[in-house]
This record gives sequence, C-alpha cells and structure tokens, in this order.
Amino acid sequence: MRVGIIGIGMTAFRPSTPEYNWKELMFEAASRAYADAAIDPREDVDSFITCAEDYYEGFGIFDEFVPDQLGAALRPTCTVSGDGLQGLANAYMQIQTGLINVAVVEAHSKASDVLTLDGVIEHAFDPIWNKPLGAHPFVVAGLEADAYLRGTRTSPKALGAVVAKNRGNGLRNPLAAYGAAVDADQAMRSEERFAPLRALDISNPADGCVVLVLASDRAAKKLHSNPVWVRGIGWASDSPSLETRDWTGATYARIAADMAYRLAKVRRPATDIDFAEVDDRFSYKELQHLESLGLAKKGEAGTKVLRGDYDADGRFPVNVSGGSLGCGNVFEATGLHRAAEVALQLRGHAGVRQLDGVRVGVAQSWRFVPSTTGAVAVLGAGP
Amino acid sequence: MTARISRWPGIELRAADLLEGKVTQTRFRPDAKYAWSAGEAMSRFLQELQNGRFIARTCHKCERILFPPRMFCEECFRPTDEWTFIQDTGTIETFSVSYLDTDAKRIVEPILVGVVSLDGASSKMGMMHYFGEMTKDEIRIGMRVKAEWKPPADRRGSVLDIRYFRPVREGER
Repeated sequence: MRVGIIGIGMTAFRPSTPEYNWKELMFEAASRAYADAAIDPREDVDSFITCAEDYYEGFGIFDEFVPDQLGAALRPTCTVSGDGLQGLANAYMQIQTGLINVAVVEAHSKASDVLTLDGVIEHAFDPIWNKPLGAHPFVVAGLEADAYLRGTRTSPKALGAVVAKNRGNGLRNPLAAYGAAVDADQAMRSEERFAPLRALDISNPADGCVVLVLASDRAAKKLHSNPVWVRGIGWASDSPSLETRDWTGATYARIAADMAYRLAKVRRPATDIDFAEVDDRFSYKELQHLESLGLAKKGEAGTKVLRGDYDADGRFPVNVSGGSLGCGNVFEATGLHRAAEVALQLRGHAGVRQLDGVRVGVAQSWRFVPSTTGAVAVLGAGP
Repeated sequence: MTARISRWPGIELRAADLLEGKVTQTRFRPDAKYAWSAGEAMSRFLQELQNGRFIARTCHKCERILFPPRMFCEECFRPTDEWTFIQDTGTIETFSVSYLDTDAKRIVEPILVGVVSLDGASSKMGMMHYFGEMTKDEIRIGMRVKAEWKPPADRRGSVLDIRYFRPVREGER
C-alpha cells in the first residue's frame, strides 16, 4: 500500500513566540495543514501522532496535552518521544496496517520557554558514566567534528561553506528565523566554542510547529488530493555511549538510510535522488550525514560544498530550506520540517527557492547531542 | 521482617549512611528551568483574575461558552469567537477529602479539593480548587459555592488569586 503526504502546515520559525503558548502554536500549524489537505480533522482523520520530549516541554506526560489543538479530542492519539521523522514512520506504519486511512503527525519546538536549554540537554548524559564530568553537552559535537574532519581529511573551510550556504538559503525562506548573508570567512573567524566548532557552526534555537497529514493511496484519492509519496522510511540508533560510537561517520544515518532505500528501491542514492534536506544543527553534521546517506563518498562532501555542488543551483542541492543553521534549531520538529520542505519541493510549492524538475528527495533527521539516533525518509513526486 | 525471617542477609542501609557518603552514589541536580508563555487566551484569563473575575470564550458553532478560555474550540476545531465574563459562583461537581498534604505528610485537618462547574459557562466547565469555610462533613456534590478572592493588592495573576471556594451565603446569588 502506498502512503502519501496530503497536507503540509507550518508556522514561521522564530527565536521566540511570546504571544502564543505551545497549544496555540500547534493550532496554527494544524489549521494550515488541514486547510492544505482540504480536510476536517473532526471527520476525516483516524489517528494523531505527536512527537515530543517532556524535558523540552517542561511538564510531564505531554501526550495528555495535545488533543484539543489538533482536532484530536476523543480520538486515537499517541506521542512518540522522538524526532518528527520518527513520528512520520509511525504514521506510515499505522496506515500500512489498514486500520488507519488518514493520520496526522505533529512536532514542534517551544524552546523559548526553556530558560536553561543547555541544562536540559546536559541531562541526557549517562548519569553515572559521563554526567559527573560536568561538560557542556555541545562538547560532544566538538569531539565528533574533530574526529570527522581528521578522519575524512575534510578542510575546516568546508564548515564555513556550509554555514554561508545555509544561512544564505534561509534568506529565501520566509519561514526561516536566521537567514543571513554570512560569508565563509566570517563563519571561520567567529568566536571559538567547541573546537573545531565556532559560534556560527552552531544552529540557534527557534520556536515553530510542523504538521503533516498522511493518507493511504485510496484515502488520498477519495479526498481528491495530490500526494507526495513516502517511498521509503527508516530509523536506527547507534550505541549511545560516547566511548564506543564511530565518531567519524553517522552509523545511525547509514542504517536508517539502508532501510529507507530498501523500501524505496533506491539502489544508487547519489544518482537516484535529486536533492536532500539533512540535519545540519552543527555545520559538520551536514557533511557527515551526506556521506553516511551514501550521497557523497567518505571525505568528498567537504570538497563538494566548497565547489558549490550543494548550492540551490548546484548539482545536488542540500538544505535549500536553509536547514537548521538558517531556519533555527526546532528540536523535535527538525526532521518533520525537512520532510515538509522536501514535500513542498516535490509539489512545486517551494516559492522562490523552488528547484527545477525534482522527482525524488530525501529528508534525514538526527536527535541532537548527545544522541546517535536518526531517521531517513525518501519522498517521491506523484502520481 | 517476616514471621520466618528475622533478619535479611547483607548490610542494612540507614539514611545516615547515604547522608554521610558511606554509600557509593551519584548526585546530580538538573538545571531545568522554564518560563512558559501563557498564550493569548490564558494571558487574558490571568489578567482578569487580578480584576477578580472569570473570563471565557464563546464558540458560535457549537454555541458553548468555553472555560478556561481558549482561542480554538476543541469540538469544532475552529477559532473561538468572543470574550465573555462568567460568574464566580458554581456547583461542586466532584470533591475529595485529602488526609495527606502535598508532601504526603499525614494531616489531622483534611484538605478539601474538588472541581466546580461555574455559572455562566457551558456545562462541565469550571475549575479545580480548594474548598473553605466548610467541613468534610458538610461538603457535598451539588453544593453551591462562590470564589473567595484574595484582596486586590495581593492578586498576582494566578489561580491562587482565589483562596478557595466557599458556600454561597444567604442573600448571595
């Protein structure tokens, strides 16, 4: 059975949203998604899935707080404690069972409500093994960036190029919070943070919400929609321990991609796929993820970004949305935002950043430091 | 211990052993602080509490008066329509007599808590709060109650601007 995305709704991503609480933010994105799909959630949706981590929300059992603002009151709902793409995978599976015809996936960030974001992220460290050291959680990204650059002989200049590209792409995305004309030198001269990472290599937090409506091909037809198909989806977790992970490559992304490609019958990802939206919450992550997804050979992504291959008008556009560097780090909504962007591109609804003639795109997520969990979705244009 | 076992094998731990660091342990105090935006509806609600009144939102489709106020109707999934004030009197829907305090300490004078359906809002809409000026023997479901507000100078835009709900007095609506 084919599963398609029939509705896309997003709020703008912004550094803070003091006028809305998280419910009102979700209501806006959900209203946009249902209008886009031309459905009534009280009639047409069979299942609602939200993606949230209680620690980011600041209160327990977040799933109890979601039905009203999604149109899900008195209906089947559940919460995935993970990134939005993991929620998309769950919606995909629910529809595959045949029990559910139309499913909604929601993910959001209200990071501006968290006063001690670093402290909340730090709380993810192993309590006995790593936490007593008291390191800032982004040290993990510094360690990995260092291992990646050495292991793949990638020039640090490539990181500056990623920052310049994605911040620049953000200028052409009206939803982006951090679009800016930053050049690579500026990025490489910014303040040192977690060497080799500098201030501009690190995405800044943003608030925002993304809602997607998914449907079986039969339901999509009945609703007169023009779906973007979820051709394949996969997810995986590497060993969580800091001492046993690969560091150079993103093993979780490779395994998740293998699963998604198998389902999508993608044999040569670098040629079968036209463009990608990958997690770039630290600049090196974009390059590392592209290599782990088989979209570049090991050590080649840096050369390619420096050559302009990943520009919006390059050979293989990457993060035309602006990515997290341009749009902001929207935490659990990061992967779902990328799936939404890929779907918009495949529908031809990406506005001034629309790519020409794209048929297949990939969205990839990572669950941020210190995790080694990620998901991959291969989306294809209709019919 | 049990009837058959007078002593468990091993070394018994006392609280003092933990406090004195005689036991291997890891301590961590999470640095997790939040400041939630109340949002459009709740901000107005909290503001009106300082004025000593309850505000609600109406939905013109299902014709309900929604309290606490929200900017969307969860039944109709549409934006709500208008602000409207409701009364600070209501009816006890359900209550409990709590013999433990918030620290789970046993208390002699029980705490009375419950849910009040407020007059002027649609049915089954109201708030959870404490009850006062009544005993555990007097409280009953269906009892008519009224909010006992803190003096205006002490109100902070919090549900605690109401001290408790107390029985409606003779002559009060």
